[in-house]
Amino acid sequence: MKMKQTILNILLSFVGIALVLGLWALTSANIAPDLPSPAKTWDESRLYVMQPWEKRGEMDQGIGLMTAYSLFRVAKGFLLAVLIGTPLGFLLGSSPLFFRMFDPTIQILRPISPLAWLPLGLILFRQSEPAALFTIALCSMWPTVVNTMQGVRAIPQDYHNVAKVLRLSPWRKFTKIMLPATLPFMFSGYRLSLGIAWLVIVAAEMLTGTPGVGGFLWQEYNSLIYSHILLCILTIGLVGFILDRMMGFAEARLRAA
Amino acid sequence: MSYLILENIAKSFGPRSILHNINLALDEGEFVSIVGASASGKTTLVKIASGLLTADSGTVTVAGQPVTGFVRNAGMVFQNYSLLPWLSALENVRLAVEPAFPEWTSKQHTEQAMKYLEMVGLGKAALKTPAQLSGGMRQRVSIARAFAAEPRILFLDEPFGALDALTRATLQQELKLLCGAVGRPVTALMITNSVDEAILLSNRIYALGRGPGATLSPVFQVEGDAVSLRHRLAEYLTSGAIAPRLVKEVA
Repeated sequence: MKMKQTILNILLSFVGIALVLGLWALTSANIAPDLPSPAKTWDESRLYVMQPWEKRGEMDQGIGLMTAYSLFRVAKGFLLAVLIGTPLGFLLGSSPLFFRMFDPTIQILRPISPLAWLPLGLILFRQSEPAALFTIALCSMWPTVVNTMQGVRAIPQDYHNVAKVLRLSPWRKFTKIMLPATLPFMFSGYRLSLGIAWLVIVAAEMLTGTPGVGGFLWQEYNSLIYSHILLCILTIGLVGFILDRMMGFAEARLRAA
Repeated sequence: MSYLILENIAKSFGPRSILHNINLALDEGEFVSIVGASASGKTTLVKIASGLLTADSGTVTVAGQPVTGFVRNAGMVFQNYSLLPWLSALENVRLAVEPAFPEWTSKQHTEQAMKYLEMVGLGKAALKTPAQLSGGMRQRVSIARAFAAEPRILFLDEPFGALDALTRATLQQELKLLCGAVGRPVTALMITNSVDEAILLSNRIYALGRGPGATLSPVFQVEGDAVSLRHRLAEYLTSGAIAPRLVKEVA
């Protein structure tokens, strides 16, 4: 029964994809002549997909390599966000004074677009790579901060009492109570943060012109090879989907434990 | 001088007076119970006595020292067990043993934790997590955790309140046996809503009237005729319709 359901779900999702492809083909044939059709997109992208690790030039590389550059950059920025965001979340969650002091600032910084941070990063670091990392970290860190903070606050008073009754040292309280109690919340934050980091990478690469899926997309737009834009868009979506699923899987394992 | 002394304790939450004029003294080796209906302020009382909560006025002293923060050398059993779900039964007990005996080796900590888990009959379940244990077993772990630190005084906050009647009766007997098995008289302050539980386990009993501004009854010594004591306690608790739940229990 469950098996049958799974097969049906997979079939249905393929039907959905087919319908969207159909709509895309119709649109490019009838309404928007500048939009390459699915067939044309595949035709012009084949080289990049079939030889994903081929390096022909700085901005002319297989889609696998481009994705790898972007993933590596995201990993660095995301790691930075986690390393800053997690302790910040713990501080905000455990100290009401700290919370009252910094919560308004965070609420103001949170909705700022990566497009606004990037120029500031470029001014500060004078190089595109650190500016991109700065932007990714700054934009993607907030879900980690907010979720960790909420996780710390959601720790039941009972657990705090246990720490007092057992006379746990602050460090033992942190490792045996605070951290395990907050871990599921932290991971929800990490998942959201990674999603944002992946969103930001495209903007960051576009503006800095560094090799990666976003940089490639922007370059191909300037070179008028529109089918490669679609290749990049599809790649970005697919990679983002896989990243989210991986984090979701880790999160589920954590909640079950 | 008594080990634990509460003098003129009063506590309000906002405009609501919970406790008023509470005086109580516990000698070492004494097991004292406070019986009262739900929401009469019992838990507030035991939290103040143990230092988890600060009273608005009055003083708490333990071994001659005024109490600030949770009392030293004390153990506590909570109604809802308060075990850490990510730790095994053994690790939960061990967590209490480590700070109590900082000079011990890691092996000694584990041995001490195992010893008390075995005493409550959970030697074989030592590696299970709380989620894999029944309510009664969880409370046994919680009791083992409190005893394993070998505290000079125990605070029991409705220790069996969340259990079904049969499990409750079993654990009452086990607690009594455990108190006899540790080799020294146990000093304990227990909060309960069961008159029988109080009579079974304690040397002295006080009834706590229903709030607002609850106060303690005169002492009821546990000696001689238990049936008559039970009647007198129940009468006290139900006079003025203080505790309809206990009226039922007596009838």
